[in-house]
Amino acid sequence: MLSGRRRKGYPAEVEKKTCTTKMAESSEVAVERKHVENKKKAPKRYWEETQNATKKVEAEKSSDESKQENTDKEKGKLTHDEWRKKKKERTHGKFISGKTDPFPGDAPIPEERMKKFQRGNKLEVPAGTRLKLRETLTRSEAGSDLAQNQSARYDLLLTEDAGFLEGEEDEDTCTISQEDIAEAVDITSGSKYFNLHLTQFGPYRLDYSRTGRHLLLGGRRGHVTCIEWQTKNLMCEINVMETVQDIKWLHSEAMFAVAQKKWLHIYDSSGVELHCIKKFNDVLRMQFLPYHFLLATASATGFLQYLDVSVGKEVAAIPTRCGRLDVMAQNPYNAVIHLGHPNGTVTLWSPNQKEPLVKMLCHRGGVRSLTVDKTGTYMVTSGLDRKLKVYDIRAFKPLHSFFLPAGASCLSLSQRGLLSAATGDIVQVYRDACGGAPVTKPYMAHRVRGTVWGVGFCPFEDVLGVGHAEGFTSMIVPGSGEPNFDALDMNPYRSTKQRQEWEVKALLEKVQPELISLDPGMLGKVDNATFEQKHKERVEAVGYDPLAHKKFKPRMRKRGRSSAGSVEKRKNKVAHEDQRDVIRKTVGERMEKEKKRKESAKVQLKGGELSVLDRFKKVG
Amino acid sequence: EELSLQDMCVSVQEGSEDERKHTKLLEAISSLGGRRRMKQTERSEASLQVSEFSVAADGAGEKVELSDLLGTMEKTPGAPNKTKKQLKNLQNRKDTLELPLSKQETEKIQRGVAYKKSSREVSRWESVITQNQKAEQLVFPLRQDPTGHKRMEQVVAGWKARTPLEQEIFSLLHSNSQPIHDPVLTPVEEASIKAMSLEEAKIRRAELQKARALQSYYEAKARRETRSRANCEVQKKAKRRDFLKQFEEMVKTDPDAALEELKRMELSRMQERMTLKHQNSGKWAKAKAIMAKYDHSARKAMQEQLEINKDLTQKLAVPSEDEDEEKNGDEEAGALPDFVNDPEPILDPVNPWMRGKLSKEEPEPEVEASTEAKDEDLEVQQQQEEEEEEEEEEENEEEKLLREFERKRKLREDEDDDLVPVPQEEENQIDEDDKDEEEEEEEEEEAEEVVSEFNSLFNRLMKSNTTPAVPDQNEGEELLDEGLVRVQTMEDLEALRKDRTNEANQEASVPATDTPTAPESASEPPNKKKRRRKEIDLKKVLTKQATVVKVPLAPTVLEEEEEEEEVHTEQAAIIKEAFAGDDVISDFLKDKRKQEEAGRPKVVDLTLPGWGEWGGLGLKPSKNKRRKFRKKVAPPPPRQDKKLPAVIISEKRDASVAAHQVSQLPFPFQNPTQFESCVRTPIGQTWNTQTTVRKLTAPRVVTKMGAIIEPMSREDLVPKQKSNEAKRGAAILLEEKRERGKKKGSGGKRALQQKKKKMQKQKKTKE
Repeated sequence: MLSGRRRKGYPAEVEKKTCTTKMAESSEVAVERKHVENKKKAPKRYWEETQNATKKVEAEKSSDESKQENTDKEKGKLTHDEWRKKKKERTHGKFISGKTDPFPGDAPIPEERMKKFQRGNKLEVPAGTRLKLRETLTRSEAGSDLAQNQSARYDLLLTEDAGFLEGEEDEDTCTISQEDIAEAVDITSGSKYFNLHLTQFGPYRLDYSRTGRHLLLGGRRGHVTCIEWQTKNLMCEINVMETVQDIKWLHSEAMFAVAQKKWLHIYDSSGVELHCIKKFNDVLRMQFLPYHFLLATASATGFLQYLDVSVGKEVAAIPTRCGRLDVMAQNPYNAVIHLGHPNGTVTLWSPNQKEPLVKMLCHRGGVRSLTVDKTGTYMVTSGLDRKLKVYDIRAFKPLHSFFLPAGASCLSLSQRGLLSAATGDIVQVYRDACGGAPVTKPYMAHRVRGTVWGVGFCPFEDVLGVGHAEGFTSMIVPGSGEPNFDALDMNPYRSTKQRQEWEVKALLEKVQPELISLDPGMLGKVDNATFEQKHKERVEAVGYDPLAHKKFKPRMRKRGRSSAGSVEKRKNKVAHEDQRDVIRKTVGERMEKEKKRKESAKVQLKGGELSVLDRFKKVG
Repeated sequence: EELSLQDMCVSVQEGSEDERKHTKLLEAISSLGGRRRMKQTERSEASLQVSEFSVAADGAGEKVELSDLLGTMEKTPGAPNKTKKQLKNLQNRKDTLELPLSKQETEKIQRGVAYKKSSREVSRWESVITQNQKAEQLVFPLRQDPTGHKRMEQVVAGWKARTPLEQEIFSLLHSNSQPIHDPVLTPVEEASIKAMSLEEAKIRRAELQKARALQSYYEAKARRETRSRANCEVQKKAKRRDFLKQFEEMVKTDPDAALEELKRMELSRMQERMTLKHQNSGKWAKAKAIMAKYDHSARKAMQEQLEINKDLTQKLAVPSEDEDEEKNGDEEAGALPDFVNDPEPILDPVNPWMRGKLSKEEPEPEVEASTEAKDEDLEVQQQQEEEEEEEEEEENEEEKLLREFERKRKLREDEDDDLVPVPQEEENQIDEDDKDEEEEEEEEEEAEEVVSEFNSLFNRLMKSNTTPAVPDQNEGEELLDEGLVRVQTMEDLEALRKDRTNEANQEASVPATDTPTAPESASEPPNKKKRRRKEIDLKKVLTKQATVVKVPLAPTVLEEEEEEEEVHTEQAAIIKEAFAGDDVISDFLKDKRKQEEAGRPKVVDLTLPGWGEWGGLGLKPSKNKRRKFRKKVAPPPPRQDKKLPAVIISEKRDASVAAHQVSQLPFPFQNPTQFESCVRTPIGQTWNTQTTVRKLTAPRVVTKMGAIIEPMSREDLVPKQKSNEAKRGAAILLEEKRERGKKKGSGGKRALQQKKKKMQKQKKTKE
């Protein structure tokens, strides 16, 4: 049984149609295969869902609250909310009419959802802390608790579910053809499967805009086109008359960058060339970091360059010394650039360091392609050794290793973690490839007309775009896109006005490139470097030592008073200023000691009766 | 007294003022005569005009006494009785008035008092200020008008009933003083609502008054109680009872302490036997013995004392455990019917339905408690009766005593009038000393009485009831046994022992298996380099067996067009793969080693050739010297990639982020984790819901536009809600009093000591 993804709020799309074609009856049978999802259960109601859980939670809560009450009493003061809560408790959910509230208190929030919004660990305030500190800590804790609770509660508003594909009893989902799917789903969804036959200008690379509405295609032989792919509205189509290595949308669908034979060019959506950036030459691959407004390029000369597109400045140019860089990916979690190299290593780069943050050996042969998932947890690489490897990029440890018959040339991860791998002219999509048990079968597979040159999932849509030698194929992959979008961040349905507004806001919230590092939470941590280290860095940054002593330069005097001798004399006057005090002190101390010693000796001498022969005694 | 004097002065002054007025008038009249006469400066003598400030005594030559001056007071009808009385008292006073304090001292005292007062005044604000400082948000002005509906008149000025109908209605309403406006409240009600705060204040004041009155009453009572002997007796009894109760509890809860208590009793018995204090041999006893023929009370006292002696000297039957067990057995036999009815305690918590009972109950303590309670009740009743009797008698005694005292006092006063007071006082003191001694003796006796009483009670208890501690222990043992197999035979015991040994063996064996691993880990450092090479077995890592993925569609990799090219590239790739593999790994390893080397701090060699030895071409500084001048640097912290063979993690510090980081811990925080936890939650809209953002970013101070922010007034100090708290406060105060009273009652010996102290204080005050 098949079911398309559904989404509310967009008029062109029809609500989910249950498609009972030829395999409608077989849905009851439980499917053992892991990668195929079970039939969707009826939506759980809140009373069913957590009755046991609520009881438990309530019991805990009540005990907690009773404890809290005690402490509150001790404190002798209550905030308004607490007071209200207490009042509620006092009344035991009873109304004035005498009826009892069947669900007293706030609705419980499931644990996992709370976990989803947890930020860091709670801090236990130790017993002996000062009052002021205790207050600030408790207040901030309360604030973060509130934030977590509210977010978890509002998660309820994300009503949309992801789509899925389910096969018949003995049917592999990967055998279901795109045509069947397109036939089964509603018309709009069905129209998302299409082929563009572009045989002239060679293999195509592609890029979807961040909203998922616009598609950019770049043919190897100079054909560049951008399409509003859902409406099939052609925005522009040009031929740059040069080799096109890669194409990329910039922050919005108004501009895109094209890596041409020699230089990097920037065009607007109507195909007008805006810039030709000659600092960026021989670019092979590009990545755009949307929150930093940085365009990262990897060139054939081994340079990794960062272009700030908001001000048009080159932020950093790093000679990687790793040869030709034609494998590149970004980690959306921390904006670190991953580069794959022919010696089987993958290097991680930030614009702030001239050396790789991390260098890891992934394959025995060269790395052909790599991609990183949205949460920054997994990295998937494929190499010439025909292996597909999944790494936990937080711990830099390999998780899985798959052997593909003819290694994957292009990789892409969707928003919901589906992995597409192109082997020759076949595009395979894997589900749960990253976490969980190792996968033996693909979720979906599709043969395109030519060798695949580029794959990319469309954000917020269940669509995988495949650029190949014979053009472009858009295929339907149920469950790949994120069903709920954050309209403040990226709104697929935004108007031009909204886009403009968003642009301004995004520019205001632009993250500085200095903040890119492996741990994006670095900014919230205290820098505990030593003074020396800081000073060293300062000296490096400024170019001189601001704390160093200035060398004394005697003033030029007239009438022969600036003779070499007198200058030397004057210099001597201030020489070793810093040491003088110490010397003076130590000398003084020594003198004092000497004096005392002599005096004591004298006293001793006087103490005894002086004889005539005493004059021959040695003093001291 | 001072007041009366002042009054007098005023009256005298008034007289003189009249005279002055009179002369002034005369002068005015004489000046009316037209020509101005040069007024002669006259000198008047003090002897002629009586000044109010100094009474000239040159006329009579004798002292003016107060009585002379006050003689006229009797005759003047207008003078109030009070002043007369005061003056009389003044007359009777013999001693001279005390010298007033010096100016400095008085000022000092005044300053001290003023400081106290003002500090109290100021400190009243402290709590409010700290509260405001602590407050998350302050809304100014602090006192805001109550929100709610306002009447039409308050909002709109000059609204009148115009139509005749309206007028008629309003006149009607007015005449009946009915509510005219929407909020249906009569003016009276409204007034009452407004006056609520005052009422509350009144109520509060009344409560406070009540509390104060009660407090004073309790105090007075306490004072009385400490004085009257009867009450002493009552308290003693109560104490004894409490002591006994405590002891019983102690036996249950803390047998050791109980034992100690018993020992102490034994000691007191020994003392009694040594000293024979409560025998007839004492001085007091002999006197009483003489009196006993005639005086009933004396006889009774004698008997009491003898009884005390008996109690004290009685040997305590310390229950040995054997006896207890026997008694237990006896008791069980005796008390069987009671226990039969009660549900049996279920010993197996794992399987409570084994005994055919559904719930676990603990009947035993209840039974015991009930029996004890009965016993206690009986005892209490008896004691109360006794006490009542005693009280009556003692009251009689008291009256007698009081009468005697009064008589003595009168006698003394008479003597006072006749004799010089000094020796008298001495006598008094002596008397009091005697009394003190007597009292002390009495107190000691009381203490001993307590002990003896307790002894007797204890003995009774021992006879009637078993000590509850022993069954408790038994229970405990049973509880220990429960859930496990009960050992009944010797074979079982042996089996148990075997089990234990087995367990021990297992435990021993586990570490034995562990131990070999530990030395291995310990022996790692010496051959570290070798180990590392083994550790980084990249080949293993990279050739980790991969799961083969089956693809249903056969990949038609080779398309006809690019077939040859593809073949070539593929082959080349395969060749490369075959040959490059080892190379890649070794390269990587080299790279990693290099990085590690670079990260390691270098040894600084400071040797200078030629110093202290021969130098020159071909000569190297000696080993010794080189060792001497080589400075070793502390090893760096372990690398992050120490345990990751296939990864090189850069150890370089990222200074660019550091520029944006917090480098110094801000004020209230004591360590970085606290600060970091405070900062960890973002407050922006991007990450939070609207309400959260609003709450998290609420301003500290909110002011109302156009409103005047006045300084805090005194009324702000006492918010309205506090009336409730005040009530509670008064109640708490009272309770505290009561508790303190109780504490006095409880704890036999300590209470006695307290009493002693009190008595001593009283003596001091008397002195």
